Amino acid sequence: MGSDAVWIIGSNMTKFGKHPDKDVVDLAAEASRNALKDAGVSLADVGVLGVGNLMNAGAGIGQQLQKQIGQTGIPVFNVSNACATGATALRVAVMAVKAGETDVGMAVGVEKLAGAGLLGQRGPKPESDTWEPSGRHGALSSTEGRIGTSIMPGVFAQVGMEYGHKYGGASFELFARISEKNHAHSTLNPLAAYQKRFTLDEIMNDVMIAYPNTRPMCSGNCDGAAAMIVVSDEKMKSMPSEVQKRAVKISASVLTSDPWVDGCQILPDVNTLTRNAATQAYEQAGIGPEDLDLVELHDCFATAELVHYDNLMLCEEGGAVDFFESGAPWRDGRRPVNVSGGLQSKGHPIAATGIANIHEIVMHLRGEAGDRQIEGAKVGLAHVIGLGSACGVHILEKVA
Amino acid sequence: MSENQKSDQKAKTGKIPFVDYLVLDEDPYLQANECESCGARYFDRRNACASCFDDNFRQVPIATEGEVTSFSIVQMGPIPYVSAVVNCDGTSVKCTLMNVEATPESVQLGMNVKLMTYSMGEDSEGTEAIAFGFEPVSS
Repeated sequence: MGSDAVWIIGSNMTKFGKHPDKDVVDLAAEASRNALKDAGVSLADVGVLGVGNLMNAGAGIGQQLQKQIGQTGIPVFNVSNACATGATALRVAVMAVKAGETDVGMAVGVEKLAGAGLLGQRGPKPESDTWEPSGRHGALSSTEGRIGTSIMPGVFAQVGMEYGHKYGGASFELFARISEKNHAHSTLNPLAAYQKRFTLDEIMNDVMIAYPNTRPMCSGNCDGAAAMIVVSDEKMKSMPSEVQKRAVKISASVLTSDPWVDGCQILPDVNTLTRNAATQAYEQAGIGPEDLDLVELHDCFATAELVHYDNLMLCEEGGAVDFFESGAPWRDGRRPVNVSGGLQSKGHPIAATGIANIHEIVMHLRGEAGDRQIEGAKVGLAHVIGLGSACGVHILEKVA
Repeated sequence: MSENQKSDQKAKTGKIPFVDYLVLDEDPYLQANECESCGARYFDRRNACASCFDDNFRQVPIATEGEVTSFSIVQMGPIPYVSAVVNCDGTSVKCTLMNVEATPESVQLGMNVKLMTYSMGEDSEGTEAIAFGFEPVSS
């Protein structure tokens, strides 16, 4: 192991769901303090704080958090990077530790979204009684509905349908079965927003949002926070043995944006940047997809999960449908995917998601995942993508 | 389309396109800004090419027929509609499908569609806004 290895020694997530009695800072404080306790370190030891929050991106949630848990004067990085915000906050902490600026970093992701409705919808323009072109397309009014859709369920529906057009086999029923899997998985996760198992019929006959995604096939808007303490290799070796025993190695930490590809102005390309991030991550970690004991990937919609089997190279190119049909991504399959319930069932408090998915891997690698433990898990991968686009991939290993 | 071209067109015809890249000739068509260096195409105004960073663009017409490579039936509002991606001779176009029922039975991946335009109504000065969509090519 290289001397520049970075380790996770503390990790926590709140229950995802509705928290009407807690504000954003309450949730962040809860996850942060529990992560510090889990690591056995004090806020006085922490040298950098990365805080992700999307809905109040200009509000300095990091400093607001410090006011509630401890103002130590350390640098705070408030980050916002769409659905990859949490992973970006962690990247900040990891980079600071790798750069030798500090031995201990903390990353927090928090969001309050319960009841937020559909995201990606722009508000109406001010009323005018003459047609006024505006924006880079010179549009006379909102393009939503006039020129297709930019709302998330429709965009990601088209991402899945595009895969189906290219490779075949991607039916409404197949997408619904992916959702059935994740809703089944979450019944074992006490922190999931939803723990209700749905039958395939129930999923297919639920309210259609954007064909082929019905309501349970969309990620659940909810409240939640997750936090993580990372340390340098040297610091890890100075920690008590009970901390070292539970430490999880970050074998790869990668963030990418979307390179230009033909057509990306029309339908966001969520594939290339994910494939690029995965390629870099496997190379950094020196392992391949066949070594993964579990994967948490960004199933913001059932249609998205399918394409990411391929993008993360869990299957051969074009083989995502066969991969799912083989049963591989079920928790008892050969490559379990989203055993937490994923975004569709665990919930998707946006900025918390990119840390919570890593928390899920940490729990399994430590052997602390309770009823949903994947036995003997040693290596896991966590993936998030935010439209715009940003993609985070982390590979974690249990080394000790 | 430049500001000048647009006001010329408006003065001449009393019509204004819903977006700059819709050209309201006798046979309307979509027009892209094509990078003179690498050929990448954009429907919006760009400061430089996202593919090769060059900043010289020329305007090129886009084929008015194409194949649906992806779609979704958006059912979040009062009226369901079909959002689609159409491959027009190598250039992807985003659109709403018109003159087709918004049901999975009526829309197929790979179906052939063609550009159409329709009126969005007139403003207080009597200028008529024209929008575009794609509709099935009748077989």
